[in-house]
Amino acid sequence: MNGVRLELQDKIVLDGLDLELATGEIHGLLGANGSGKSSLAYAVMGCEGYRPGAGEIVFEGRRIDDLPIHERARLGITLAWQEPARFEGLAIRDYLRIGERGADVNDCLRRVGLDPDDYADRTVDKTLSGGERKRVELAAVLAMQPKLAILDEPTAGIDMLSMDALITVIEALKAAGSTVLLITHQAEVAAHADRASQLCGGRIVCEGDTTRVLEHYRKRICRRCDGKTCHV
Amino acid sequence: MSDFKPLFDLFTTAGWAPPPIPEAAHLVAYGHQLASLRSLPGVRVEAAASDAGIDARIVIAAGVRVDQPIHLCFGLYQQFGVQNVRLALTLEPGAQVTLWAHRLFATPLAARHAMQGEFQLMEGASLRHQEAHYHGVSGEIEVIPHARIRLEKGARYLADFSLIQGRVGRLDIDYSVDVGEAAVAELTSRVYGFGSDAIRLRERLELNGAGARGLVKTRVAVRDEARAEVFGIMEGNAAGARGHVDCMEIVRDRAEVSAVPEVRVRHPQAKVTHEAAIGSVDSKQLETLMARGLATDEAVDLIVRGMLT
Repeated sequence: MNGVRLELQDKIVLDGLDLELATGEIHGLLGANGSGKSSLAYAVMGCEGYRPGAGEIVFEGRRIDDLPIHERARLGITLAWQEPARFEGLAIRDYLRIGERGADVNDCLRRVGLDPDDYADRTVDKTLSGGERKRVELAAVLAMQPKLAILDEPTAGIDMLSMDALITVIEALKAAGSTVLLITHQAEVAAHADRASQLCGGRIVCEGDTTRVLEHYRKRICRRCDGKTCHV
Repeated sequence: MSDFKPLFDLFTTAGWAPPPIPEAAHLVAYGHQLASLRSLPGVRVEAAASDAGIDARIVIAAGVRVDQPIHLCFGLYQQFGVQNVRLALTLEPGAQVTLWAHRLFATPLAARHAMQGEFQLMEGASLRHQEAHYHGVSGEIEVIPHARIRLEKGARYLADFSLIQGRVGRLDIDYSVDVGEAAVAELTSRVYGFGSDAIRLRERLELNGAGARGLVKTRVAVRDEARAEVFGIMEGNAAGARGHVDCMEIVRDRAEVSAVPEVRVRHPQAKVTHEAAIGSVDSKQLETLMARGLATDEAVDLIVRGMLT
């Protein structure tokens, strides 16, 4: 992302943001609530209303700013929403098959801790708990075998045991060759990243080695706000 | 009197696999002609045909549990015609049965089907009523199923109406259920309209007995210039009665839907709730599927089909 500027309802959400991900890395994106993390994810995915007013988004050497979501997905980009949508009448097995590229959907369910015998025929609707729905979303990302997986707060709202399992899944994505943009406000989750960036007020204020970025984040060191709006 | 060929041809036209109707208890009529009927021990199927219509009566004897569904197949295989059906259905105490009702109209150019049903479920009886319609692709048909249903103590009535293939034409459903003590009624309707289709669903549950339970669930999708009016009515009239009205409608193009969930409580210990969602396809659902690689139209179709499944 080069100089990306995004305004929503007259508010600058991304302010000339620069961010580069290396192929195959897990990149942690840290930031307080309202710092622009999810907006960045939606801009990369191409969601309605999140088209940058300036700057460019480049994927594998190609500008993708003008591409609709599904064309970005077909290039290998996908997004797991923080609060995934629910669907009446759509079986989990069929949901996972939508973007599947040769992966065994049952195996994807097992990897996120869901027994296919119990879950594959259930529907992706409100009968799933929040934690179950998030696991299904991660299983769908696994099935897609994306080149770039954007995971927006994948561990929010789930218990500690499940969190360990999901960290394993994120590492499995990397092992399979995916680049992972791991969006979180939890330092302990970001600690699993190869590199990290800290976002404040729509700008990257610190990036590079995960340990160093986490230290800045924990100590509220921020060149933009002097720690006034960055919090752990 | 058994002539199943036109019926099975209609099934083929609709893209459905014909169920094993000849072996089951059944009633088959084309227009105002009886094609076949069959009773089984504990299941009495009677019908008479006249120029005015089909007059049918089905009685399930007390305590009889019928494992194989009873089939009620009405339709027209001509392009023009009228079919009037009067159906009296009685489940005696403790009877349990599944009713598969098929309404099949292949190539109507000017056709009308009207049903007037009177169902009585006596104490502890249970009826699962699945009704699937296929109205062809012309839209030149009028279908008017009306029914009054009475559930006695502890009875269960689970109805599922679907019209999701082909055109609707003009549909006017009016079902009213009197739910007695500790009885349960669930009405689910799923309709997909397009072109100039006109849909009117009126489903009313009166929870009149203590501890009665009820659900009215409608799922309607319309596009082009189709119109739909949905009335889900729930009355809590007795202690411990619990009811819920759940309407979800998806509207596209120049289509239009009005949904009127009406809830009324006449007893301080009754509780009735409702939820209604009308609008275009949910943008988050749409973007989620597009983020898996589906184009907009593919994603919309999947969402609509899922809602109507």
